[in-house]
Amino acid sequence: MLNKIIVAGFGGQGIIVGAKMLAVTLMRDGKEVTHFPSYGAEMRGGTCNCFVVTSDKPIASPMVKISDVAMIFNKPSKAKFEPNIKKGGIMILNKSLIDEDASRDDITTYYVDATNIADELGSAKCTNMVMFGAFAKATGLVSLESLIGALKYTFPKMKDELFELNKKALTAGYEKAFTK
Amino acid sequence: MADNEKVLIKGNEAIAEAAVRAGCRGYFGYPITPQNEVPEYMSRRLPEVGGVFVQAESELASINMVYGATAAGVRAMTSSSSPGISLMQEGISYIAGAETPAVIMNMMRGGPGLGNIAPSQADYLQATKGGGHGDYNLIVFAPSTVQEIVDIVYNAFDVAFKYRNPVMILADGIMGQISEAVSMPPMRDPADIPDWALGNGKNRAVIKSLRLSPDDALAAHNKHLQEKLAKIRKEVVQSEEYKCDDADYVVVAYGTPARITKTVVDALREEGLKVGLFRPITIWPFPYDALKALSDRMSKNSSSKIFVAEMAQNQLEQDVRMAVEGKVAIDSFNRLGGVNFDEEDLFDFIKKSVK
Repeated sequence: MLNKIIVAGFGGQGIIVGAKMLAVTLMRDGKEVTHFPSYGAEMRGGTCNCFVVTSDKPIASPMVKISDVAMIFNKPSKAKFEPNIKKGGIMILNKSLIDEDASRDDITTYYVDATNIADELGSAKCTNMVMFGAFAKATGLVSLESLIGALKYTFPKMKDELFELNKKALTAGYEKAFTK
Repeated sequence: MADNEKVLIKGNEAIAEAAVRAGCRGYFGYPITPQNEVPEYMSRRLPEVGGVFVQAESELASINMVYGATAAGVRAMTSSSSPGISLMQEGISYIAGAETPAVIMNMMRGGPGLGNIAPSQADYLQATKGGGHGDYNLIVFAPSTVQEIVDIVYNAFDVAFKYRNPVMILADGIMGQISEAVSMPPMRDPADIPDWALGNGKNRAVIKSLRLSPDDALAAHNKHLQEKLAKIRKEVVQSEEYKCDDADYVVVAYGTPARITKTVVDALREEGLKVGLFRPITIWPFPYDALKALSDRMSKNSSSKIFVAEMAQNQLEQDVRMAVEGKVAIDSFNRLGGVNFDEEDLFDFIKKSVK
């Protein structure tokens, strides 16, 4: 089964590195996977996105135009990527920074108060982990356990307290994502 | 990272790690997007294995440092992107003339001029038909997955040393930025320094590209180079055919467009069209014979067609025409100026064209 995933938000929200952790998780689950970041004149605060494609078979194109899943971290990305989600696809919205509901009713939308949850846990920097926890819940493409398992593998130099924080953030995202 | 364990790695970093594992101990380069992860990785990695990393003052300096290192028989490389590779052409011609085994990576971006930083394939003719002056050819490999990048880079130094001919790896910017799961080959000791290298053989070695005397020295040297290139044509050429056996329509593509074409081939076959992909893995030497055999078979069906899909204007197409010799109709799908290559567009283009 081919799945095309877009992760989009501000530069500095951990879009690229979070998507890398997802790609590593999928790889460790035995799936084929490609990870392709937007690149070039990128900067903290600018828009930033990343394509992850996964399948049981070798992946031909790493590019994503029409997505199965879109993870939207900020408002400008919603305007840009919501129209290109496949009918019946899934959108995951960071409710903390996006004060509007989905504009489409032919997709399933999961909401998660990601930045606020991350902040309460100790650092808004783990917003991306909350979002990826929500991704596991919304899509079932990866389990919460395999995401946590991939954490240390993706970031081998991560300190114990950061590991615990990220683990909590992933779990909170998984537990607190909801549909309307 | 351990051997044989799959790792998720970015194309540019895979180039660097595979080169180190192949025994590369010298990297000389100057930064340019979209290949900056190569020098970044090398600057950290080469000191760990006793290698030398130099960020040179320019591309001219980089390629001449590679000339020097390879003249001493060291496995050394540089990498750059289109405008930087143009600056290196003089040095590349000298290296070809002096027969040193340099490995050069070109991660192509949009041109001409400074162009942009988006993926492109518009340096095909520069890479395969010259670029620098004089009768020479680079051996040019064109990978289309990160695993293939690893395998090709790992082999590139052996090929360069075997023939004492510079090798270029030509890829579009997407190949540098994409991350995929790969198996890394084992770490190898740098091979022994060959006898021809400066300061190593029993006799005094002379590595040069200027040949003034006797009068026929340069002619004799050119004859030798051409004999060597003829041997390379036979021994190094490589291509892949995907679903070509019964194909009425064949797309010729390399690099990222080739892997995207595979999706298009499968999608068109689901609609009942017999489509295949012919993918050159070496673009110099170009797999003329394999493509000629395929097009000879296709020419028995008068409605058959060959498509050339590239992120350039009819560059790869020139080699395809030489192989096909007018026996099958050719249609071109060109994407110019550093753009992403779209599977939906190619799908529609072929469907419309075969109606």
